[in-house]
Amino acid sequence: MNMLFIYALTGTGLFFIGFYALIIHTNLLRKILALNIMGSGVFLVLISLAMRSGHSSPDPVSHAMVITGIVVAVSATALALVLMLKVVDITGKPDLHDQEDE
Amino acid sequence: MIANKNKSEDKIIRLLLIMLLTLIASMVAYAVLSLPESATNLQRLVDNNIDISGVSNPVTAVLLNFRVYDTFLEMVVLLVALLGVWSIKEVPIESMNDLKNPVLDTLVDLLVPFSLLVSIYLLWVGAHAPGGAFQAGSVFGAGLVLLMLSGRQPFLNFKGLPLHFALIISVTLFISISIYSMFATGELLKYPLSQASSIIFILEGMATVSIGLTLSLLFYGIYTKKKYK
Amino acid sequence: MMQFIMTLPWAIMLILFPLTGAIISFLWSKQGNKIGLVTITFVLISVIFLAWSIIEQDVYLHTIGGWDAPLGINLYADGLSLVMLIMTALVGLGISIYAISYFSADQSKRFWPLWLLIIAGLNALFLSSDIFNYYVALELIGLAAVSLTALGNTRKAFLGAMRYLLATLLGSLLYLFGVGLLYHGFGSLDIATLSRNVQSTPVLWVSFALMGGGLLLKTALFPLHFWLPPAHSSAPAPVSALLSALIIKSSFYILIRLWLSIFGPLGDGTVESIFGLLGAGAILWGSFQALRQTRLKLLVAYSTVAQIGYLFLAFALAMSGGSIAWNAVVFLAFSHALAKSAMFLVVGNLLRFGGHDEIIHLDRVAQRLPITTAAFALAGISIIGLPLSGGFIGKYFLLESALLQEQWGFVIILLLGSLLSAAYIFKVISHFFTPSSTPHDSKIIPANMEWAALLLALAAILLGLFSSSVLSIVDIGSPFELEGEKL
Repeated sequence: MNMLFIYALTGTGLFFIGFYALIIHTNLLRKILALNIMGSGVFLVLISLAMRSGHSSPDPVSHAMVITGIVVAVSATALALVLMLKVVDITGKPDLHDQEDE
Repeated sequence: MIANKNKSEDKIIRLLLIMLLTLIASMVAYAVLSLPESATNLQRLVDNNIDISGVSNPVTAVLLNFRVYDTFLEMVVLLVALLGVWSIKEVPIESMNDLKNPVLDTLVDLLVPFSLLVSIYLLWVGAHAPGGAFQAGSVFGAGLVLLMLSGRQPFLNFKGLPLHFALIISVTLFISISIYSMFATGELLKYPLSQASSIIFILEGMATVSIGLTLSLLFYGIYTKKKYK
Repeated sequence: MMQFIMTLPWAIMLILFPLTGAIISFLWSKQGNKIGLVTITFVLISVIFLAWSIIEQDVYLHTIGGWDAPLGINLYADGLSLVMLIMTALVGLGISIYAISYFSADQSKRFWPLWLLIIAGLNALFLSSDIFNYYVALELIGLAAVSLTALGNTRKAFLGAMRYLLATLLGSLLYLFGVGLLYHGFGSLDIATLSRNVQSTPVLWVSFALMGGGLLLKTALFPLHFWLPPAHSSAPAPVSALLSALIIKSSFYILIRLWLSIFGPLGDGTVESIFGLLGAGAILWGSFQALRQTRLKLLVAYSTVAQIGYLFLAFALAMSGGSIAWNAVVFLAFSHALAKSAMFLVVGNLLRFGGHDEIIHLDRVAQRLPITTAAFALAGISIIGLPLSGGFIGKYFLLESALLQEQWGFVIILLLGSLLSAAYIFKVISHFFTPSSTPHDSKIIPANMEWAALLLALAAILLGLFSSSVLSIVDIGSPFELEGEKL
């Protein structure tokens, strides 16, 4: 059973590595990728903890949550990418620093 | 979000951030590790009720019966994403034939029908083994993307109102079944026992179509011919 | 007949109507205005009937699919949900009336489907009682809101939308991580079941930190408010109204629910202090920044930052056992939704009128757009908290609660905040009456755009006059008694 906790810790690690990358990088594509890594981290935690049940098969509700989460993440990533492309189109640079008043 | 002209200032902020995040991460890790090795969760409830759910795969039962309302909203999220992409960037349906070579053409000729078969198989098998609408829809969408990338134009003649109908067919079906269930059983999205597996199969089938089309059109929205540094 | 009407499933119609309307407006995009207006009217009617049936028959509970929670998902509506639903329907109607004339044909066909889907998502969120269901609804609302923000089609709009999207996605992921931990810790996604199962373990508080962090980011509480001014100020006026009035409240509502049922009964006072501190910071920082702005839209956006501070101040007082403070929370949220949406609609009118929203260069607006001026004045009264508005009732309860709990710091902040908001509101209004150094011709503003703003502002004032009725509605189902004390 302890193997599962290693996966769960990996998921946690991924989440925070992604979090760091999200804050540090200015390039929008890297931020979007960072969000995806964070998402993968959460899913990994959910799935690995799902194996903890006494039964031989994993907990189906966690798996259902992850499937839903993946679909939502894909939709959000697509929207983010299109928005990023629009920002690049308009400002010429893929970052958010182009603000006149802030 | 972080950019400083002063390099050493930059380094200090990075270090502080890493320390802060490590601190939070270890607290989260501690909480994760403190979870007991065998747990009480909803699995027993699922197992008790799976026989009347209409399918035998527990994950499908959860997604398409016990918690089908979540799946309903999730199909709406997919639609929202596509509407969002379309409102930001009107992409004219045109060919993306950047990649054109005989190897790719042959591969596409083999792969796309195969992916269609795999998609239908995944849809069917989801009732009793891992599989289901989302998996099938993703493979279907991938097949469409492959078609787009190789220069065939799946949406050249299939656009406008018919395409829009196909995109919303899944959400419309969910709404219809909601209304039907309200009349038939008085409870939202409650399937009459004898019809449960058929309803699930229809929902999954239409969901596959909508998911595949939406995913491939989302990809299309991102496609651009410009090169960026 | 009455009995029959009360048995109709109004709550479910609240979700299905706008979904259907969105689909229809997607397929027949040229008829967007009509479809949208009809749909939102149906929503308002459904809310009224739902309110009636809840007042008569106590709380609404529906097990979806016949599967009892925690296996399935439940819909639940008590007084608090009802107030949120009424708020959504009223503001929704106002914004819809405005939007009919505001958008070009091209924008309109993209606006209505997304707008109606947001209404559906908000209703679904306020009716839900399942923490994962909250996540899906939050994403629905968030993605649609970002798309609507980008509808402004300007450089600022896209940058603001991008920043908003990144912030909202981060918030959702933090929330989801918390949901996962809470589920694995206590075996359920249903709020009622969780409230019975939870114990004060590390898992509980870590998941609260994650979920709370995500929700605070989405509600833009200082210092996590950085994404709000650019997004709310660069979106088209009706969208800004939506963002400040409704979307901000949705994540705040989830936080309240989680606290009341799951985390609150086990809390020990640290969370209250943190919220109180951050709320105070928000009030001061937001009001101060609002005073500094030269553009009206940014001023209104920073005003939202400050008002969110009031919400959390009230929340903090309520958490320490002040039941009066919960009334403050409700009135502040509701009146802010009405007043702030009216304000953003006014700014939209001014932008349409003069082509700019520079405060100093507002040119004799009072004489030429009297309805719009009245709307801003009334909305301002509620925001400052002057009698007899909804905002006044909210601030009054807040003050009373702070005095009862001898939180003198809060009292001082409240007074300061009121002074600052009076300052920035009056500053704007004074420019309404003066000519500008760069005069311009008046452009005709469609009547429904002016009237929508005025009616919303009027509603904010009426909220104050009808406060006792609102209070009696809120108490249905005793939402604010901590779960340990109920049953």
